[in-house]
This record gives sequence, C-alpha cells and structure tokens, in this order.
Amino acid sequence: MHMADALISPAVGGTMWAASAGLIGYCSKKLKDDLDDRKIPLMGVVGAFIFAAQMINFTIPGTGSSGHLGGGMILAILLGPSAAFLTMASVLFVQALFFADGGLLALGCNIFNMGFYPCFVAYPLVYKPIVANRPSDGRLMVAAILAAIVALQLGAFSVVIQTVLSGISMLPLGTFILFMQPIHLAIGFVEGLATAAVVFFVWKARPEMIHSLPRDAAVGNRSFRTVLIGLLVATVAIGGVLSWFASTRPDGLEWSIFKAAGTEELEGPGKGIHTSLEKVQGKTALLPGYNFKAPSANLPVETSDAWPVADGGTTVAGLVGGAITLILALSIGFALKRRKRKT
Amino acid sequence: MDVPVLDIDMAAIDRHFFDIGYMDTLSSQQTPVHQLDPRAKLLTTLVFIVIVVSFGKYEISALIPFFIYPVVLCAIGNVPPAYLLKKLVLVSPFAILLGIFNPLLDRDIMIRLAGIEVSGGWVSFASILIRFVLTVGVALTLIAVTGFNAVCMALEKLGAPKVFVVQLLFLHRYMFVLVDEAARIFRARALRSFGGEGTGIKSYGSLAGQLLLRTLDRAQRIYLAMSCRGFEGQIRIMRPLRFGPREIGFIFGWSAIFFLMRFYNLPVLIGRAMTELMR
Repeated sequence: MHMADALISPAVGGTMWAASAGLIGYCSKKLKDDLDDRKIPLMGVVGAFIFAAQMINFTIPGTGSSGHLGGGMILAILLGPSAAFLTMASVLFVQALFFADGGLLALGCNIFNMGFYPCFVAYPLVYKPIVANRPSDGRLMVAAILAAIVALQLGAFSVVIQTVLSGISMLPLGTFILFMQPIHLAIGFVEGLATAAVVFFVWKARPEMIHSLPRDAAVGNRSFRTVLIGLLVATVAIGGVLSWFASTRPDGLEWSIFKAAGTEELEGPGKGIHTSLEKVQGKTALLPGYNFKAPSANLPVETSDAWPVADGGTTVAGLVGGAITLILALSIGFALKRRKRKT
Repeated sequence: MDVPVLDIDMAAIDRHFFDIGYMDTLSSQQTPVHQLDPRAKLLTTLVFIVIVVSFGKYEISALIPFFIYPVVLCAIGNVPPAYLLKKLVLVSPFAILLGIFNPLLDRDIMIRLAGIEVSGGWVSFASILIRFVLTVGVALTLIAVTGFNAVCMALEKLGAPKVFVVQLLFLHRYMFVLVDEAARIFRARALRSFGGEGTGIKSYGSLAGQLLLRTLDRAQRIYLAMSCRGFEGQIRIMRPLRFGPREIGFIFGWSAIFFLMRFYNLPVLIGRAMTELMR
C-alpha cells in the first residue's frame, strides 16, 4: 500500500508531508511531556521487531498464499497511539530509504495512511471499546480483526484519493475504489488475525507484560481532539492553498518560460511553434521514406495531415535530444569514474 | 524436495538483509561526496524530487536531463550503478501496477511517428516509469553516499523532533539484531515443517509472540544498561557538522541546474539543433 513518488503531485505530497510532520511533532511533544524514558529504547526495539516479524509468515489455508504481521495495529496495542505513531513513522522512513518503498516525497502520504489510521482512529475508536478492560479470546480476536480492517480500508481509501488528486495515474475514482477496497478487506482480515494471534499469545504467556508496558494517558481527551481539529483545519487550508497554487502554477510556469525564452514552443502546443514545425514537416515529408513511395497520389497530403500539428516536431526533437542527453549524462558519469580511478 | 526450496528461501532472505548492510558499507567510504555535510545532500535531494514530480504527466524528454544528478553522485561517490539498478527492479512495483492502467484508459493517439502510433496512455506510463527511477534512485543514492546515521543527524539539525531522531537511530541499530533472530526462527521452523505442515496461524502466533517477548525483554535490558551509563532521555551525538562554502555551492549549484532543466527542455533544444543541422 506504499504510495510512490512517481504517482503524486507536489501539492498532494507537500500537504501530506505537512500533516505527517505535524503529527510527528505532536507525538514527540507528548512523549517528552510524559517523561518516561523507558519508552525510548522500547519503541526502537519494537520498531525493529516489526521488520523482523515481517520475515516470519504463515500459510493461509486453501489459498496458497501467506500472510504476516502488518505493523500499525500491533504497535498501537503495545505502545499506545503516540509512541506507536512515531514508531510506525520511523519504520516507514527506513523502508523509504533502504528498501526504496515509496519515496521521500510520498513518505508523508505513507506515514499518514499507515500510521495515523491504525494509531489514532482504529485503535481508540474500534479496538479499545471492544476489548475494554476484560480481554477474552473472542473479544481480542474480533477487536484486532475489526480494527485492522478499519485501518486498512481508511488507508486504502486515502491512497485512492491521493492518487486521483495527483492526476498522474488516470484511474478514475470509482474503478480505483472498486479495485483497492476489496483487496484491502482481505489483507485487513489477515493482518487482524496475525495481530490477534501475537497479542493473544503474549496475553496468555505473560499477562503482566501488556499491563506493565509504559503507555500513553488515555486518548480521546480534549487536548487530542483540539489537535486533531487543528490538524484538519490546517490540512484543508494548506491543501486548498497548495492546490490553488498548483492549478494556477502551470500557466504561470508557461508564462515565465515565455518571458524567459521569448518563445512559447518549449511546452509543445503553442502558436509560435507552427511555422518552424511546418518547415520540419515539409522536410521530413520530402525525405525518401517509404510513406512517400506509396503509389497513391493523395497520400502525401494525408501523411502531412496525419502529423499532429501540435506535437510532431517536438516529438522528433525530444527523441533525438533525449537520447543525446542521456548519453551525455552517462558519459559524464563514466568520465568522472575514470578520472577518479587514475588519481 | 523440501530442502532445496528452503535453501532458496533462506538465501533470498539473507541476501535481502545483507543488502542493507552493504548500503552501510558504501556509505562509510571517503569520497568528496561522502565528505559533504549531510544537510546539503538531503536538501538538494528534496529539491530534486519536488522538481521532478512537478512536471506534467505527459512529460518524457524534459525528465531525461535529471539523470545527471544521480549519475554524478554515484560516479564521484563510488556507488556501483548495477547494484542500485538491481534494487530498483526488485522494489515493490506499486507505481508500475497503477501506471499500467494508463495505456488502457487513455487511448487517444498523441504521437504519430513514421507510421507508429503511440497513445497518450503509453506516454504517461513511460513518464511514470522515468519518475519512479529518478525519485527512488535518488533516495537510494542519498543513503549510499551519506549513511543512515548522518541523515538522522541532518534531520535533527534541520529541526526534526529529537525523540523521533533517537527513535530512528535505535530502530536502525536493532533492526539487524532482530532480523538475525527472526531469520533463525524462520529457519528452525522451515527445517521442522514438511510440506507446509505447521506453518499455519496457530504456530505462527506462538513464534511471533515469542519473538515479541524476547524483544520486550531485550528492550528492558537495553534500558537498564543505558540507565547505568547515565541515560536520561536523549542521546548525545558528538560529531561536528560543518556547513561551509562547499555545501552552499553544492545546494545552490545543483538547484540552479534543476531549475534550468525545469524551465528549458534541454533534449528538445539539442534535438532541434541536431535536426536543423542534418537538414
């Protein structure tokens, strides 16, 4: 469910970065105020556990596939929301840098999609009310599965919204939702099962472990709600401003290119391109290509019609120039390497 | 029959995590790029990503010149490009999975060249792939020429909360320890299960649960050890960071190049000059 840099626009990426950075700041402050320094090594090692646990999988009977522990839910159960959110953010950070999952700009989206929903929505609003203070087999199982499903559904929905808003992928909203939500229903179920199995084992083996873990003060109190509302307002405000900026910016960019270069042709379908393009067109049509050799008399006219007036010249130039640039870039690299080897 | 399968599995997993270790090895070299202040590299990389992502969805040619940044960093930083490329290919292909729908959805012919017709969908798909290689490649390059600890320090100096930075450092340090432990558990179970027997959710719960218990015990021991050494909530890192003229030059030099490449479509300019010449 990792969003990728290749699919997001700067406006969406920036907004989600702001939201996630705000949440990290809030959680860090909260942990610092708690003044429980026991939690610091605990968070680090449990975060590493998430990595390790993903290596151990279990087979799902009848499907031939296997599942493993997700992350957000079990962290929230073990550490409480704030610490869990920070831990999940750090796990995603390492994944982005070492495993190339997603990317640095999409990190904001990923932290929000996979950290915020399990820690601040599914855990306090689904898991906690069901388990309450008397965890039993059934309660634990139901709570973990439901919470994991809710978290993943919300996360998957966010991925859809972020992708569609970015507009790089052309999947329409409806199709994409139909594609993502059912898959993540199944994934959520499996993740919930795995979470429940682990929590249940720890509960049975060492019940005091879960009690004695240093955890946050109750969530859902007023201070958190104010922060949440503040965050929501900020997100909408930033999103609004940024998307306005983004929607007007391309024009602004073209305008500034026009001013800087004195031509509009760099961006393709401009008007200034027309004349120079027709020249290219005329020349290429006269080249002894197989198109021209065709017996039909009116074919040349057709081919010249078929050349899209807007893009043809730019395309040829782009292909030739692109190849040259790529070769240039690579040979600079080789040259640098060789020079270094000599010295 | 079970044994060869197991061998392959374990080899794959070991190699995967050996890879992270290799990234750390790469980052401990001493080249001009490695010696730069990590903040300079982090900021320049962020500028790079934002600019690459800001192009329109049909842009291909203007993205090509951007390869110069990772190529130069890899060349000077002595990072084997084949290794980075292999990692890129292995990465979870979410971008490709979503991008592949573009050719199906956008069938309007956009380019017609020498009888070959290319739809807008294929153009935007190619654009997604190039973006993917650029953005992910540059993130991997950053880590290979900087190192995780240095990136964390840069984050702290740039204003990230200290608690979060300490968390990142801890996670990175213990990741290797716990992954080794999980690999041993995985191997032990694989050696005892034949034909998938005993790999279900029941034994999984105890296995992962045991690992978790050991993890929690370990956290307790680490905490005690740290308390003995005077830990009171923050890790003090003694490594001077120096932000000098070289760093300023690095950031502004590269940013200027990125902006130039953003506003001038270099390949089209070169290509146009070439086609003019050939006429």
